[in-house]
Amino acid sequence: MERKLYTITVFSENTVGVLGQVTVVFTRRSINIETLSVSPSAIKGIHKFTITVYSTLDQVTKVVQQIDKRVDILKAYFNTDDELIFQEIALYKVSTAKVLALGSIESLIRKYHIRIMEMNEHFIVLQKAGHYDETQKLFDELSDSIGVLQFIRSGRVAITRSTVERLTDMLNTIQEKYGNITD
Amino acid sequence: MIEKKILGSHAFIQSLLNEGVDTIFGYPGGAIMPIFDALYDFDKHINHILTRHEQGATHAAQGYARVSGKVGVCLVTSGPAATNTITGIGDAMIDSTPLVVITGQVGALLLGTDAFQEIDVVGITQPITKWSYQIRKAEDIAWAVARAFYISRSGRPGPVVLDITKNAQFEKVDFEYKPCTFIRSYIPIPEVSNDQINAAAALINQAKKPLALVGQGVILANAENELKAFLEKGNIPAAWTLLGSSAMSTDFELNKGFLGMHGNVAPNMKTNECDVLIAIGMRFDDRVTGDLSRYAKQAKIIHLDIDFAEINKNVKVDAPVLGTAKETLPALTDKILHAKHTEWIESFKEYDEREFEKVLLKEVFPTFGEITMGEVIRKVSEATNNEAIMVSDVGQNQMMAARYFKYTKTRSSVTSGGLGTMGFAIPAAMGAKIGAPERTVCMFAGDGGFQMTIQELGTIMQEQIGIKMVILNNHFLGMVRQWQEMFFEERYSFTKMQNPDFIAIAKAYKIDGSEVRKREELDEAIANMLKDDKPYLLVVNVEMKGMVYPMIPTGASVSDILLG
Repeated sequence: MERKLYTITVFSENTVGVLGQVTVVFTRRSINIETLSVSPSAIKGIHKFTITVYSTLDQVTKVVQQIDKRVDILKAYFNTDDELIFQEIALYKVSTAKVLALGSIESLIRKYHIRIMEMNEHFIVLQKAGHYDETQKLFDELSDSIGVLQFIRSGRVAITRSTVERLTDMLNTIQEKYGNITD
Repeated sequence: MIEKKILGSHAFIQSLLNEGVDTIFGYPGGAIMPIFDALYDFDKHINHILTRHEQGATHAAQGYARVSGKVGVCLVTSGPAATNTITGIGDAMIDSTPLVVITGQVGALLLGTDAFQEIDVVGITQPITKWSYQIRKAEDIAWAVARAFYISRSGRPGPVVLDITKNAQFEKVDFEYKPCTFIRSYIPIPEVSNDQINAAAALINQAKKPLALVGQGVILANAENELKAFLEKGNIPAAWTLLGSSAMSTDFELNKGFLGMHGNVAPNMKTNECDVLIAIGMRFDDRVTGDLSRYAKQAKIIHLDIDFAEINKNVKVDAPVLGTAKETLPALTDKILHAKHTEWIESFKEYDEREFEKVLLKEVFPTFGEITMGEVIRKVSEATNNEAIMVSDVGQNQMMAARYFKYTKTRSSVTSGGLGTMGFAIPAAMGAKIGAPERTVCMFAGDGGFQMTIQELGTIMQEQIGIKMVILNNHFLGMVRQWQEMFFEERYSFTKMQNPDFIAIAKAYKIDGSEVRKREELDEAIANMLKDDKPYLLVVNVEMKGMVYPMIPTGASVSDILLG
């Protein structure tokens, strides 16, 4: 079966140890997590995980079911890239002296839509948002020209293109059935 | 009702009482001493069984839960006590047994400091529990206990661990108990979908050769009567998994026997001949299916299960039916037509006859040679009018017991199915007897497994637990030996065992027993074992090189079943 990049979205209660519960499902099947991003969701008390993995459709389906069935997990589902709007963010620390030696960085800034976060006599911190290959391309270009002192890239964050809001729908259904469900 | 300021340890016991706990299997130690101290005041309400090892406590609680349908409870200390419960917790997870394991923990201020007897219990148990939670302050006790019992017993049952720090047991707290009835992130029983019922019923109504596979889900849902009504209306022959045994009585005419690696010939062969396969509360374990690429490919597959993650996990399903068997089976029965399937049902006979001739004659009804495992099982079962609870260990004894013990009542078969835990039998039988004191409990173990938890003879002595223990002694780790003979060129690598005098050991624990070497002695020895309600050990020396047949070798198809 074809292996490709899948983005898994998980909504969980914000309790101690949820991350462990999610990651062991991957560990048990020997699947590497490519990126992982966790933060509070739009709903108070509920955290959202965005995980990317290379896998097959069959395997990712089973993995998501195993995550979804955990008691502390509200909802888990997966998407392919064409179903998502997604983004990563990268920070690049470069030497001020080397940037100045370049003469001008205007073309670089225009080409990559770079934002400058900090600038002092020692270093400059650049920020670029984009897909993996875009942030990587800037890294490669900087590395080849002036060098990169430090580099960090976030995990993917993603929003579905679908008009169905699975978590909200699920919570509404439960609310209708059980009444007030805020913990 | 709010009781003012009681100790956390008392709040804990009060919480257990609120959950209806009347039996605990446990072992005290440093980090759980305050709760044990509180327990001392409640000896009229809670029967605490002191096992001889924490693993024994977990298996005993499993045996208790499996026969009674109640949650089994274990109470142990931190560190090594907690790690000793891991086998039982894992066993309960894979066999869907409701279990609450309470472990002591070092004080909250010492957490993460490698304190004496500190271990990361939540971290270790998370992958093998439905829920694992650390209680660090007394205020959390009532909430966590309520949640633990709700999660453990609801939906697809399973083990829950509560790790309680010592300070939480000592702190004072305003105690108020509210049972847990709802967790928003957890829907234990999916709602029955009419569309799914209709789709499944349509397949069944078109079927000429339907076959039902019955798993433990039927027993866990208390849906034995609903199952019978369903099968009878559609005249659907049914076979059972290891954990589904006793869901149908042995003599029920549509009961066509045991599935899988050492199951009966007919239901295995028929799996690859049927046109509609109806799996009910079972999970298509590899020991049932053999090679998946050659498993029931000709059939439409209907899968009734409470756990959505089981659907399409191993076998691609044409018609999934989510929900508890208690609700889905009657809904399905309503929608199916009366049918006869006479010819199809008749066609099982040919395989049954072949199996009887090739296997049962010499295994169950031998007239010469050494005693066989199968004849011992049959004789013990019949001596109880097939009314007893059967508890088996793991290996040849387990497969023989599954094949030849007979049932008239549900919740009568207790064995370690998924995990295959040797050493399960003695403590599980203890728990079964305590969970069903009015019933006879017959335990079968090999000489290997018996010695893995032999220390529990001490518990049996102290509590006078009247279980009937049978060792099928072949002086070998029999199942491994069988595989060595079949697949490893008879290279018997470390499977031969020099055994102690089991009767002398039992005697040291004040347990009566006898040893049988000849066929003529067997009936009387069994009658003698069953004559009263006291614990008893019967050692039967069976043939050394006994084999369990039929057999579907690993990786073979269910229709490639070997008869020996």
